[in-house]
Amino acid sequence: MAQIRSITDINEKIQKGEAVVVTAEEVISLVEEYGAEETARRVDVVTTGTFGPMCSSGAFLNLGHPTPRMRMSKVYLNGVNAYGGIAAVDVFLGATEIPDTDPANQNYPGSFNYGGAHVIEDLVAGKQVFLEASSYGTDCYPRQKLEAWIKLEDINEAYLFNPRNCYQNYNVAVNLSDRTIYTYMGILKPRLGNANYCSAGQLSPLLNDPLYRTVGVGTKLFLGGDIGYVSWYGTQHNPCGARGENDVPRTPAGTLALIGDLKKMKSKWLRGVSYLGYGVTLQVGVGLPIPVLDVDVLRHAAVKDGDIVAQVVDYSESYPQGIGGSLGEVTYAQLKSGSITVQGKEIPTAPLSSYPKAKEIAETLKQWIIAGDFTLTEPVASLPSADSGKKSKPLKASK
Amino acid sequence: MVRRKLVLRFPASAVENPFVYTLAKEYNVVANILKANINPRKEGRLVVELYAEEKDYEAAIDFLQSRGVTILPLAQQIVWVEENCTQCGACTGICPTGALWIKRPEMTVSFDGEKCIVCEHCLKACPARAVEARYLSGE
Repeated sequence: MAQIRSITDINEKIQKGEAVVVTAEEVISLVEEYGAEETARRVDVVTTGTFGPMCSSGAFLNLGHPTPRMRMSKVYLNGVNAYGGIAAVDVFLGATEIPDTDPANQNYPGSFNYGGAHVIEDLVAGKQVFLEASSYGTDCYPRQKLEAWIKLEDINEAYLFNPRNCYQNYNVAVNLSDRTIYTYMGILKPRLGNANYCSAGQLSPLLNDPLYRTVGVGTKLFLGGDIGYVSWYGTQHNPCGARGENDVPRTPAGTLALIGDLKKMKSKWLRGVSYLGYGVTLQVGVGLPIPVLDVDVLRHAAVKDGDIVAQVVDYSESYPQGIGGSLGEVTYAQLKSGSITVQGKEIPTAPLSSYPKAKEIAETLKQWIIAGDFTLTEPVASLPSADSGKKSKPLKASK
Repeated sequence: MVRRKLVLRFPASAVENPFVYTLAKEYNVVANILKANINPRKEGRLVVELYAEEKDYEAAIDFLQSRGVTILPLAQQIVWVEENCTQCGACTGICPTGALWIKRPEMTVSFDGEKCIVCEHCLKACPARAVEARYLSGE
Protein backbone atom coordinates (compact mmCIF):
# COMPACT_ATOMS: atom_id res chain seq x y z
CA MET A 1 0.00 0.00 0.00
CA ALA A 2 1.54 3.25 -1.18
CA GLN A 3 1.95 5.80 1.55
CA ILE A 4 0.23 9.12 0.88
CA ARG A 5 1.71 11.04 3.80
CA SER A 6 3.69 10.51 7.00
CA ILE A 7 2.85 11.68 10.50
CA THR A 8 5.61 14.27 10.13
CA ASP A 9 3.87 15.58 6.98
CA ILE A 10 0.58 15.78 8.88
CA ASN A 11 2.15 17.62 11.81
CA GLU A 12 3.71 20.15 9.45
CA LYS A 13 0.27 20.81 7.98
CA ILE A 14 -1.26 21.07 11.47
CA GLN A 15 1.32 23.64 12.46
CA LYS A 16 0.65 25.64 9.30
CA GLY A 17 -3.07 25.45 9.99
CA GLU A 18 -3.61 23.54 6.77
CA ALA A 19 -4.53 20.06 7.99
CA VAL A 20 -7.81 18.65 6.75
CA VAL A 21 -9.54 16.93 9.67
CA VAL A 22 -12.93 15.21 9.67
CA THR A 23 -14.74 13.02 12.20
CA ALA A 24 -15.27 9.29 11.69
CA GLU A 25 -18.92 10.11 10.98
CA GLU A 26 -18.18 12.83 8.42
CA VAL A 27 -15.67 10.67 6.55
CA ILE A 28 -18.41 8.16 5.69
CA SER A 29 -20.30 10.57 3.45
CA LEU A 30 -17.05 11.85 1.94
CA VAL A 31 -16.13 8.32 0.86
CA GLU A 32 -19.63 7.80 -0.52
CA GLU A 33 -19.30 10.99 -2.56
CA TYR A 34 -15.67 10.99 -3.68
CA GLY A 35 -14.55 7.38 -3.18
CA ALA A 36 -11.87 6.11 -0.81
CA GLU A 37 -8.83 7.07 -2.91
CA GLU A 38 -9.87 10.65 -3.51
CA THR A 39 -10.94 11.08 0.15
CA ALA A 40 -7.61 9.65 1.34
CA ARG A 41 -5.79 12.24 -0.78
CA ARG A 42 -7.89 15.07 0.68
CA VAL A 43 -8.18 14.12 4.35
CA ASP A 44 -5.17 14.14 6.71
CA VAL A 45 -6.76 13.03 9.98
CA VAL A 46 -9.97 11.25 11.01
CA THR A 47 -11.07 11.78 14.62
CA THR A 48 -13.03 9.24 16.64
CA GLY A 49 -14.74 9.34 20.02
CA THR A 50 -16.41 7.27 22.70
CA PHE A 51 -18.04 8.05 26.03
CA GLY A 52 -19.04 4.92 27.87
CA PRO A 53 -18.71 3.02 31.14
CA MET A 54 -15.13 1.73 31.49
CA CYS A 55 -14.79 -0.21 34.73
CA SER A 56 -11.08 -0.82 34.45
CA SER A 57 -10.17 2.75 35.27
CA GLY A 58 -8.59 4.48 38.23
CA ALA A 59 -6.11 7.05 39.40
CA PHE A 60 -2.69 7.03 41.00
CA LEU A 61 -2.43 9.75 43.63
CA ASN A 62 0.50 11.01 45.64
CA LEU A 63 -1.09 12.53 48.70
CA GLY A 64 2.00 14.30 50.05
CA HIS A 65 3.90 13.72 53.28
CA PRO A 66 2.42 14.94 56.57
CA THR A 67 4.53 15.69 59.65
CA PRO A 68 5.44 13.47 61.27
CA ARG A 69 5.78 11.29 58.19
CA MET A 70 3.39 8.39 57.53
CA ARG A 71 3.37 5.28 55.35
CA MET A 72 -0.43 5.28 54.74
CA SER A 73 -1.16 1.55 54.46
CA LYS A 74 -4.94 1.90 54.54
CA VAL A 75 -6.39 4.93 52.84
CA TYR A 76 -10.01 6.02 52.43
CA LEU A 77 -11.26 8.90 50.30
CA ASN A 78 -14.87 9.84 51.10
CA GLY A 79 -15.11 6.39 52.67
CA VAL A 80 -13.86 4.59 49.56
CA ASN A 81 -10.73 2.49 49.94
CA ALA A 82 -7.75 3.47 47.81
CA TYR A 83 -5.04 0.80 47.53
CA GLY A 84 -1.99 1.80 49.54
CA GLY A 85 0.20 -1.26 49.08
CA ILE A 86 2.82 0.74 47.21
CA ALA A 87 5.24 3.44 48.41
CA ALA A 88 4.38 5.77 51.26
CA VAL A 89 1.57 8.24 50.44
CA ASP A 90 1.04 6.74 46.97
CA VAL A 91 -2.35 5.14 46.38
CA PHE A 92 -4.40 3.73 43.52
CA LEU A 93 -8.05 4.70 43.59
CA GLY A 94 -10.05 2.20 41.55
CA ALA A 95 -13.24 3.26 39.79
CA THR A 96 -15.38 0.33 40.95
CA GLU A 97 -14.38 0.37 44.62
CA ILE A 98 -17.33 0.92 46.98
CA PRO A 99 -17.33 2.02 50.64
CA ASP A 100 -16.94 -0.83 53.17
CA THR A 101 -20.29 0.31 54.59
CA ASP A 102 -22.17 -0.06 51.30
CA PRO A 103 -24.63 -2.95 51.67
CA ALA A 104 -23.87 -3.92 48.06
CA ASN A 105 -26.30 -6.58 46.91
CA GLN A 106 -27.38 -7.60 50.42
CA ASN A 107 -30.38 -5.41 49.65
CA TYR A 108 -30.79 -6.76 46.12
CA PRO A 109 -30.59 -5.07 43.72
CA GLY A 110 -28.10 -2.72 45.36
CA SER A 111 -28.08 0.96 44.40
CA PHE A 112 -24.31 1.56 44.54
CA ASN A 113 -24.82 5.30 44.74
CA TYR A 114 -21.19 6.21 45.44
CA GLY A 115 -17.78 4.70 44.78
CA GLY A 116 -14.27 5.26 43.50
CA ALA A 117 -15.49 6.65 40.18
CA HIS A 118 -17.55 9.28 42.02
CA VAL A 119 -14.49 10.22 44.13
CA ILE A 120 -12.53 10.71 40.89
CA GLU A 121 -15.35 12.84 39.46
CA ASP A 122 -15.55 14.89 42.69
CA LEU A 123 -11.78 15.45 42.75
CA VAL A 124 -11.76 16.53 39.11
CA ALA A 125 -14.72 18.85 39.79
CA GLY A 126 -12.55 20.57 42.43
CA LYS A 127 -14.60 19.33 45.39
CA GLN A 128 -13.16 18.65 48.84
CA VAL A 129 -12.70 14.98 49.63
CA PHE A 130 -12.26 13.52 53.12
CA LEU A 131 -9.04 11.55 53.55
CA GLU A 132 -8.63 8.98 56.34
CA ALA A 133 -5.39 7.08 56.54
CA SER A 134 -3.95 4.56 58.96
CA SER A 135 -0.71 2.65 59.07
CA TYR A 136 1.69 0.70 61.18
CA GLY A 137 4.46 2.96 62.35
CA THR A 138 8.12 2.62 61.42
CA ASP A 139 11.24 4.47 62.48
CA CYS A 140 11.09 6.46 59.26
CA TYR A 141 7.29 6.76 59.12
CA PRO A 142 6.10 7.08 62.73
CA ARG A 143 2.62 8.50 62.21
CA GLN A 144 -0.20 5.96 62.46
CA LYS A 145 -3.40 7.92 61.89
CA LEU A 146 -4.46 10.91 59.85
CA GLU A 147 -7.62 12.72 58.78
CA ALA A 148 -7.72 15.64 56.35
CA TRP A 149 -9.89 17.41 53.81
CA ILE A 150 -8.07 17.49 50.49
CA LYS A 151 -8.62 18.82 46.99
CA LEU A 152 -7.08 17.73 43.70
CA GLU A 153 -4.92 20.85 43.72
CA ASP A 154 -3.47 19.77 47.11
CA ILE A 155 -2.29 16.44 45.74
CA ASN A 156 1.23 16.31 44.35
CA GLU A 157 0.64 14.01 41.40
CA ALA A 158 -2.67 12.66 40.18
CA TYR A 159 -2.88 10.68 37.00
CA LEU A 160 -5.59 8.59 35.53
CA PHE A 161 -4.28 5.14 34.67
CA ASN A 162 -6.91 2.92 33.10
CA PRO A 163 -5.78 -0.66 32.44
CA ARG A 164 -8.65 -1.51 30.06
CA ASN A 165 -10.49 1.14 28.06
CA CYS A 166 -11.95 1.57 24.60
CA TYR A 167 -13.15 -1.99 24.03
CA GLN A 168 -13.08 -2.68 20.33
CA ASN A 169 -16.69 -3.84 19.91
CA TYR A 170 -18.80 -5.44 22.64
CA ASN A 171 -21.63 -7.87 23.25
CA VAL A 172 -25.30 -7.03 22.95
CA ALA A 173 -26.81 -8.19 26.25
CA VAL A 174 -30.19 -9.90 26.56
CA ASN A 175 -31.93 -12.01 29.18
CA LEU A 176 -33.51 -15.37 28.33
CA SER A 177 -34.58 -16.15 31.90
CA ASP A 178 -37.92 -15.52 33.61
CA ARG A 179 -36.72 -12.81 35.98
CA THR A 180 -35.23 -9.34 35.62
CA ILE A 181 -31.44 -9.37 35.95
CA TYR A 182 -29.09 -6.54 36.90
CA THR A 183 -25.77 -6.55 35.09
CA TYR A 184 -22.88 -4.35 34.06
CA MET A 185 -24.83 -4.19 30.81
CA GLY A 186 -27.74 -2.57 32.63
CA ILE A 187 -31.16 -3.87 33.63
CA LEU A 188 -32.28 -6.74 31.43
CA LYS A 189 -35.94 -7.64 31.46
CA PRO A 190 -37.00 -11.29 31.34
CA ARG A 191 -37.79 -13.31 28.25
CA LEU A 192 -35.87 -11.09 25.82
CA GLY A 193 -37.58 -7.95 27.17
CA ASN A 194 -34.84 -5.62 25.99
CA ALA A 195 -31.32 -5.57 24.57
CA ASN A 196 -28.51 -3.27 25.70
CA TYR A 197 -25.39 -2.51 23.69
CA CYS A 198 -22.27 -0.51 24.49
CA SER A 199 -20.21 0.95 21.68
CA ALA A 200 -20.10 4.16 19.68
CA GLY A 201 -20.01 1.94 16.56
CA GLN A 202 -18.80 3.92 13.56
CA LEU A 203 -17.29 6.59 15.86
CA SER A 204 -15.57 4.18 18.24
CA PRO A 205 -11.74 4.54 18.30
CA LEU A 206 -10.56 0.97 17.70
CA LEU A 207 -13.38 0.10 15.27
CA ASN A 208 -11.90 2.78 13.01
CA ASP A 209 -8.38 1.37 13.16
CA PRO A 210 -9.30 -2.30 13.41
CA LEU A 211 -5.79 -3.73 12.89
CA TYR A 212 -4.06 -1.06 15.05
CA ARG A 213 -2.14 0.24 12.04
CA THR A 214 -1.78 3.76 13.45
CA VAL A 215 -2.51 3.42 17.17
CA GLY A 216 0.25 2.05 19.38
CA VAL A 217 2.12 2.56 22.62
CA GLY A 218 2.66 6.29 23.10
CA THR A 219 -0.20 7.46 20.88
CA LYS A 220 -1.52 10.82 22.07
CA LEU A 221 -5.29 11.10 22.33
CA PHE A 222 -8.26 12.85 23.99
CA LEU A 223 -8.74 11.47 27.50
CA GLY A 224 -11.21 12.84 30.01
CA GLY A 225 -11.32 16.27 28.39
CA ASP A 226 -7.57 16.71 28.04
CA ILE A 227 -4.58 14.96 26.53
CA GLY A 228 -3.82 11.35 27.35
CA TYR A 229 -1.60 8.61 25.97
CA VAL A 230 -1.79 4.93 25.15
CA SER A 231 0.52 3.37 27.73
CA TRP A 232 0.15 -0.27 26.64
CA TYR A 233 -2.37 -2.61 25.12
CA GLY A 234 -5.24 -3.00 27.54
CA THR A 235 -5.96 -6.03 29.71
CA GLN A 236 -7.95 -8.72 27.88
CA HIS A 237 -6.65 -7.29 24.58
CA ASN A 238 -7.78 -10.06 22.27
CA PRO A 239 -6.94 -9.24 18.67
CA CYS A 240 -7.17 -12.73 17.18
CA GLY A 241 -10.93 -13.34 17.29
CA ALA A 242 -13.29 -13.51 14.32
CA ARG A 243 -13.24 -10.53 11.98
CA GLY A 244 -15.31 -9.44 9.01
CA GLU A 245 -13.99 -8.88 5.48
CA ASN A 246 -13.51 -5.23 6.49
CA ASP A 247 -11.10 -6.45 9.26
CA VAL A 248 -13.55 -5.29 11.97
CA PRO A 249 -13.82 -7.71 14.91
CA ARG A 250 -17.19 -9.42 15.31
CA THR A 251 -16.70 -9.95 19.05
CA PRO A 252 -15.10 -7.93 21.87
CA ALA A 253 -11.44 -7.65 20.77
CA GLY A 254 -8.74 -5.02 21.31
CA THR A 255 -8.44 -2.76 24.35
CA LEU A 256 -6.17 0.11 25.37
CA ALA A 257 -4.44 0.99 28.63
CA LEU A 258 -4.56 4.78 28.93
CA ILE A 259 -2.80 7.35 31.03
CA GLY A 260 -3.22 11.09 31.49
CA ASP A 261 -2.95 14.01 33.91
CA LEU A 262 -6.07 13.97 36.12
CA LYS A 263 -5.43 17.57 37.16
CA LYS A 264 -6.11 18.79 33.64
CA MET A 265 -9.20 16.67 33.01
CA LYS A 266 -12.84 17.75 33.18
CA SER A 267 -15.57 16.12 35.23
CA LYS A 268 -17.86 16.36 32.21
CA TRP A 269 -15.76 13.62 30.61
CA LEU A 270 -15.15 11.52 33.75
CA ARG A 271 -18.47 10.69 35.34
CA GLY A 272 -19.07 8.33 38.24
CA VAL A 273 -22.09 6.21 37.41
CA SER A 274 -24.10 3.52 39.24
CA TYR A 275 -25.43 0.33 37.70
CA LEU A 276 -28.34 -1.03 39.72
CA GLY A 277 -27.50 -4.43 41.21
CA TYR A 278 -24.01 -4.37 39.72
CA GLY A 279 -21.89 -1.54 41.04
CA VAL A 280 -20.06 1.66 40.35
CA THR A 281 -18.12 2.46 37.21
CA LEU A 282 -16.51 5.43 35.48
CA GLN A 283 -17.88 6.86 32.28
CA VAL A 284 -14.77 7.87 30.38
CA GLY A 285 -14.45 10.06 27.31
CA VAL A 286 -11.77 9.01 24.83
CA GLY A 287 -11.02 10.27 21.34
CA LEU A 288 -8.36 8.80 19.07
CA PRO A 289 -6.97 10.65 16.06
CA ILE A 290 -6.25 8.49 13.04
CA PRO A 291 -3.59 9.78 10.62
CA VAL A 292 -4.57 8.94 7.05
CA LEU A 293 -1.28 7.41 5.98
CA ASP A 294 -2.71 5.50 3.04
CA VAL A 295 -5.98 4.45 1.40
CA ASP A 296 -6.33 1.37 3.61
CA VAL A 297 -6.21 3.45 6.79
CA LEU A 298 -8.88 5.71 5.32
CA ARG A 299 -11.04 2.79 4.19
CA HIS A 300 -10.93 1.37 7.72
CA ALA A 301 -11.73 4.76 9.29
CA ALA A 302 -14.75 5.13 7.02
CA VAL A 303 -16.47 2.03 8.42
CA LYS A 304 -20.17 2.58 9.04
CA ASP A 305 -22.66 1.22 11.55
CA GLY A 306 -24.24 -1.09 8.96
CA ASP A 307 -20.88 -2.84 8.46
CA ILE A 308 -20.05 -3.46 12.12
CA VAL A 309 -21.62 -6.52 13.73
CA ALA A 310 -21.94 -7.52 17.39
CA GLN A 311 -22.99 -10.79 19.05
CA VAL A 312 -26.24 -11.06 20.99
CA VAL A 313 -25.37 -12.80 24.26
CA ASP A 314 -27.63 -14.15 27.02
CA TYR A 315 -26.58 -12.62 30.33
CA SER A 316 -28.85 -14.84 32.44
CA GLU A 317 -26.89 -18.04 31.86
CA SER A 318 -24.57 -18.15 28.86
CA TYR A 319 -22.38 -15.24 30.00
CA PRO A 320 -22.27 -15.77 33.80
CA GLN A 321 -21.71 -19.51 33.44
CA GLY A 322 -19.05 -19.02 30.80
CA ILE A 323 -20.92 -21.28 28.38
CA GLY A 324 -20.33 -18.97 25.43
CA GLY A 325 -22.21 -18.89 22.21
CA SER A 326 -24.18 -16.22 20.46
CA LEU A 327 -27.90 -15.84 19.84
CA GLY A 328 -27.10 -14.13 16.57
CA GLU A 329 -25.35 -11.21 14.95
CA VAL A 330 -26.75 -7.72 14.55
CA THR A 331 -25.29 -4.56 13.07
CA TYR A 332 -24.92 -1.25 14.89
CA ALA A 333 -27.29 0.25 12.33
CA GLN A 334 -29.93 -2.23 13.53
CA LEU A 335 -29.07 -1.58 17.18
CA LYS A 336 -29.37 2.17 16.70
CA SER A 337 -32.74 1.82 14.92
CA GLY A 338 -34.28 1.02 18.32
CA SER A 339 -35.13 -2.65 17.87
CA ILE A 340 -33.57 -5.93 16.79
CA THR A 341 -35.01 -9.38 16.21
CA VAL A 342 -33.73 -12.22 18.37
CA GLN A 343 -35.16 -15.74 18.20
CA GLY A 344 -38.01 -14.35 16.07
CA LYS A 345 -38.95 -11.75 18.66
CA GLU A 346 -38.63 -8.01 18.04
CA ILE A 347 -37.06 -6.43 21.10
CA PRO A 348 -36.24 -2.81 21.97
CA THR A 349 -32.58 -1.77 22.16
CA ALA A 350 -30.89 0.82 24.35
CA PRO A 351 -27.30 2.07 24.32
CA LEU A 352 -25.08 2.39 27.41
CA SER A 353 -22.40 4.33 25.52
CA SER A 354 -23.42 7.82 24.46
CA TYR A 355 -23.35 8.43 20.72
CA PRO A 356 -23.97 12.20 20.93
CA LYS A 357 -21.14 12.58 23.47
CA ALA A 358 -18.85 10.40 21.31
CA LYS A 359 -19.60 12.77 18.46
CA GLU A 360 -18.84 15.78 20.67
CA ILE A 361 -15.46 14.26 21.58
CA ALA A 362 -14.60 13.53 17.93
CA GLU A 363 -15.61 17.11 17.07
CA THR A 364 -13.60 18.58 19.98
CA LEU A 365 -10.48 16.64 18.99
CA LYS A 366 -10.97 17.78 15.39
CA GLN A 367 -11.12 21.42 16.54
CA TRP A 368 -7.96 20.99 18.67
CA ILE A 369 -6.09 19.67 15.63
CA ILE A 370 -7.45 22.33 13.27
CA ALA A 371 -6.44 25.03 15.76
CA GLY A 372 -2.90 23.60 15.90
CA ASP A 373 -3.21 22.71 19.59
CA PHE A 374 -2.87 18.97 19.09
CA THR A 375 -0.29 17.23 16.94
CA LEU A 376 -0.11 13.53 16.15
CA THR A 377 2.40 11.03 17.50
CA GLU A 378 4.32 8.18 15.98
CA PRO A 379 3.73 5.02 18.07
CA VAL A 380 6.74 3.91 20.13
CA ALA A 381 5.73 0.26 19.81
CA SER A 382 2.86 -1.45 18.03
CA LEU A 383 -0.01 -3.30 19.68
CA PRO A 384 -0.41 -7.07 19.16
CA SER A 385 -2.66 -7.41 16.12
CA ALA A 386 -4.65 -10.13 14.35
CA ASP A 387 -1.45 -11.95 13.33
CA SER A 388 0.08 -11.97 16.85
CA GLY A 389 -1.42 -15.26 18.01
CA LYS A 390 -2.27 -13.61 21.34
CA LYS A 391 -4.99 -15.51 23.21
CA SER A 392 -7.04 -14.84 26.34
CA LYS A 393 -6.95 -17.80 28.70
CA PRO A 394 -9.74 -18.77 31.09
CA LEU A 395 -8.90 -19.36 34.74
CA LYS A 396 -9.22 -22.92 36.06
CA ALA A 397 -10.59 -22.87 39.60
CA SER A 398 -9.18 -25.50 41.95
CA LYS A 399 -12.21 -25.36 44.20
CA MET B 1 -64.10 7.05 31.47
CA VAL B 2 -61.77 9.38 33.34
CA ARG B 3 -58.11 8.68 34.05
CA ARG B 4 -56.31 11.18 36.27
CA LYS B 5 -53.01 11.23 38.09
CA LEU B 6 -53.30 13.03 41.42
CA VAL B 7 -51.38 13.77 44.60
CA LEU B 8 -53.60 13.15 47.65
CA ARG B 9 -52.61 14.70 50.94
CA PHE B 10 -54.18 13.16 54.02
CA PRO B 11 -54.40 15.03 57.32
CA ALA B 12 -52.91 13.11 60.25
CA SER B 13 -56.42 12.55 61.59
CA ALA B 14 -57.56 10.75 58.43
CA VAL B 15 -54.47 8.79 57.55
CA GLU B 16 -55.60 5.54 59.08
CA ASN B 17 -58.86 5.31 57.11
CA PRO B 18 -58.97 2.73 54.28
CA PHE B 19 -59.55 5.20 51.43
CA VAL B 20 -58.45 3.01 48.54
CA TYR B 21 -60.82 0.26 49.65
CA THR B 22 -63.70 2.74 49.88
CA LEU B 23 -62.90 4.18 46.44
CA ALA B 24 -63.12 0.72 44.90
CA LYS B 25 -66.08 -0.65 46.84
CA GLU B 26 -68.36 2.38 47.11
CA TYR B 27 -67.40 4.41 44.04
CA ASN B 28 -66.15 1.83 41.47
CA VAL B 29 -62.91 3.75 41.17
CA VAL B 30 -59.73 1.92 40.22
CA ALA B 31 -56.93 3.45 42.25
CA ASN B 32 -53.44 2.63 40.99
CA ILE B 33 -50.98 3.68 43.68
CA LEU B 34 -47.82 5.11 42.13
CA LYS B 35 -46.15 6.23 45.33
CA ALA B 36 -47.22 6.26 48.95
CA ASN B 37 -45.86 7.83 52.09
CA ILE B 38 -48.22 6.89 54.91
CA ASN B 39 -47.27 6.77 58.57
CA PRO B 40 -49.51 6.42 61.62
CA ARG B 41 -50.63 9.76 63.05
CA LYS B 42 -48.68 11.80 60.51
CA GLU B 43 -49.77 13.63 57.40
CA GLY B 44 -49.78 11.15 54.53
CA ARG B 45 -49.27 11.49 50.83
CA LEU B 46 -50.39 9.27 48.00
CA VAL B 47 -49.55 9.62 44.34
CA VAL B 48 -52.32 7.81 42.59
CA GLU B 49 -53.90 7.27 39.21
CA LEU B 50 -57.71 7.13 39.40
CA TYR B 51 -59.69 5.43 36.66
CA ALA B 52 -63.49 5.52 36.72
CA GLU B 53 -66.74 6.59 35.04
CA GLU B 54 -67.02 10.37 35.07
CA LYS B 55 -69.87 10.50 37.64
CA ASP B 56 -68.23 7.91 39.90
CA TYR B 57 -64.98 9.86 39.70
CA GLU B 58 -66.67 13.09 40.73
CA ALA B 59 -68.52 11.42 43.61
CA ALA B 60 -65.22 9.91 44.77
CA ILE B 61 -63.48 13.28 44.70
CA ASP B 62 -66.36 14.80 46.73
CA PHE B 63 -66.02 11.95 49.22
CA LEU B 64 -62.25 12.46 49.60
CA GLN B 65 -62.59 16.21 50.03
CA SER B 66 -65.37 15.75 52.60
CA ARG B 67 -62.90 13.71 54.65
CA GLY B 68 -60.29 16.44 54.60
CA VAL B 69 -58.11 15.05 51.83
CA THR B 70 -56.35 17.72 49.76
CA ILE B 71 -56.29 16.85 46.07
CA LEU B 72 -53.61 18.23 43.81
CA PRO B 73 -53.09 17.57 40.13
CA LEU B 74 -49.97 15.62 39.28
CA ALA B 75 -47.97 17.52 36.73
CA GLN B 76 -44.35 16.77 35.81
CA GLN B 77 -43.50 14.83 38.91
CA ILE B 78 -40.51 13.08 37.37
CA VAL B 79 -37.83 15.59 36.61
CA TRP B 80 -35.16 14.82 34.07
CA VAL B 81 -32.12 16.89 35.04
CA GLU B 82 -30.64 17.42 31.63
CA GLU B 83 -27.32 18.86 32.83
CA ASN B 84 -26.65 15.67 34.83
CA CYS B 85 -27.63 13.39 31.95
CA THR B 86 -24.65 11.75 30.23
CA GLN B 87 -26.81 11.00 27.19
CA CYS B 88 -26.13 7.28 27.38
CA GLY B 89 -29.66 5.99 26.81
CA ALA B 90 -29.83 3.25 29.47
CA CYS B 91 -33.14 4.66 30.80
CA THR B 92 -34.85 4.30 27.44
CA GLY B 93 -34.76 0.53 27.57
CA ILE B 94 -36.51 0.54 30.93
CA CYS B 95 -39.11 3.33 30.54
CA PRO B 96 -42.37 1.48 29.80
CA THR B 97 -44.15 4.36 28.05
CA GLY B 98 -41.43 5.94 25.93
CA ALA B 99 -41.45 9.10 28.07
CA LEU B 100 -37.67 8.80 28.14
CA TRP B 101 -36.82 8.30 24.50
CA ILE B 102 -34.06 8.58 21.94
CA LYS B 103 -34.32 11.03 19.09
CA ARG B 104 -32.94 9.42 15.96
CA PRO B 105 -30.60 9.64 14.12
CA GLU B 106 -28.92 12.05 16.59
CA MET B 107 -29.32 9.43 19.38
CA THR B 108 -29.98 12.15 21.97
CA VAL B 109 -32.01 11.32 25.08
CA SER B 110 -35.16 13.36 25.68
CA PHE B 111 -37.97 13.34 28.24
CA ASP B 112 -41.66 13.77 27.44
CA GLY B 113 -43.48 14.44 30.72
CA GLU B 114 -46.88 13.88 29.05
CA LYS B 115 -46.12 10.20 28.60
CA CYS B 116 -44.66 9.67 32.09
CA ILE B 117 -46.69 7.49 34.45
CA VAL B 118 -44.36 8.08 37.44
CA CYS B 119 -43.46 4.39 37.70
CA GLU B 120 -40.01 5.56 38.84
CA HIS B 121 -38.17 2.71 37.13
CA CYS B 122 -35.86 5.31 35.62
CA LEU B 123 -34.66 6.62 38.98
CA LYS B 124 -32.28 3.74 39.50
CA ALA B 125 -31.96 2.64 35.90
CA CYS B 126 -30.22 5.94 35.18
CA PRO B 127 -26.51 5.34 35.87
CA ALA B 128 -25.84 9.06 36.27
CA ARG B 129 -28.86 9.56 38.57
CA ALA B 130 -30.11 12.33 36.31
CA VAL B 131 -33.79 11.57 36.93
CA GLU B 132 -35.45 12.76 40.12
CA ALA B 133 -38.90 12.32 41.59
CA ARG B 134 -40.40 15.53 42.91
CA TYR B 135 -43.83 15.71 44.44
CA LEU B 136 -44.28 19.43 44.62
CA SER B 137 -47.35 19.93 42.50
CA GLY B 138 -49.61 22.77 43.56
CA GLU B 139 -47.80 23.25 46.85
